[in-house]
Amino acid sequence: MYAVIVGGGKVGANVGRALLRMGHEVSIVEARPSRFATLEAEFEHMARYGDGTEVFVLESAGMARADVCIAVTGDDEDNIIIGQVARDHFGVENVVARVNDPRNQEHFDLLGVAPTVCATESILSLIEHEVPQHSLVHLFSLRRENLDIMEIGVVGESRADGLAVGDLPMPAGTLLISVLRRRVGRVATPDTVLEAGDQVVVIAEPGQESALMEIFARE
Amino acid sequence: MFVVVVGCGRVGAQVARRLVDDGHDVNVIDRNAEALQRLGGDFPGEFVQGPALETTVLEAAGVERADAFVAATNGDNTNLVIAQVARDRYQVDCVIVRVLDPARAALYEQKGLVTVCPTRTAIDSMSDALRVFAASGAEGA
Repeated sequence: MYAVIVGGGKVGANVGRALLRMGHEVSIVEARPSRFATLEAEFEHMARYGDGTEVFVLESAGMARADVCIAVTGDDEDNIIIGQVARDHFGVENVVARVNDPRNQEHFDLLGVAPTVCATESILSLIEHEVPQHSLVHLFSLRRENLDIMEIGVVGESRADGLAVGDLPMPAGTLLISVLRRRVGRVATPDTVLEAGDQVVVIAEPGQESALMEIFARE
Repeated sequence: MFVVVVGCGRVGAQVARRLVDDGHDVNVIDRNAEALQRLGGDFPGEFVQGPALETTVLEAAGVERADAFVAATNGDNTNLVIAQVARDRYQVDCVIVRVLDPARAALYEQKGLVTVCPTRTAIDSMSDALRVFAASGAEGA
């Protein structure tokens, strides 16, 4: 696989290293001269100097034959344009983009640049997972596929408390995939009986949160 | 008509002034508060300070009811993103975007944006002027 990484900061460089270890071919495009010098010392000809939002720079980096474009600069407007140009002009099938400011996520979604990765959102999800403030926590979103993976705490006296998984009135478009009890996760079977304090992991189409809360979280 | 102009530099400020002189309503957005001075003291529209990528800033300037939207910050990519946001999210009928890079201007023109590329204009004017000179036969005289 050939990956063109635009943005050679910590994220871009480490993604590049990981892909190389996996045996893939990589180019890293970097616009800052001093950062480029550092990258070139490590990545040699795989490091390319230039503004990765310029069409000719992407062209010389071989974007036209790239299997994946990874837009991970520190500027969201640049990552959006890189993603659009890679997809629409160079015909790259897979685009992965970094969201620096979570407030810009809606622009990536609107303009069709997906999937995206946002460090702030990931950290917040982890905090919620470790120290839940709410009984429903979004663990992971597959935006393009229109699926959310979430974790829900089973509240005592809720409808789910004491019911077997197979007897749960799960809404359409949702699937309970595992039960975490005392920090041990198990893939759910229909005869697993839920108890208060369990965490269930559910994969669902968006918009099912309140229906799920009705089952697991309301007394 | 009601127009939102983003970017109050040399270009944006003068576009806003001209539209006001023509009798239109104009609100202006710029990241820097000092940019307001470019509009002159008697500018009748509103000036909103803030980053134009933020929808709260765009909405404070009235993008939801705008008939036309001008993206004229000094960042090509910012202009291209907010222009698409104005068109696709807020359904603004007329969106005009300034793009300095001729290659990106051409790409997004194909995607249906009305782009203005000052670099391309300069290239055309300069080479035209030189061609006129060459055709006059005065060279090497």
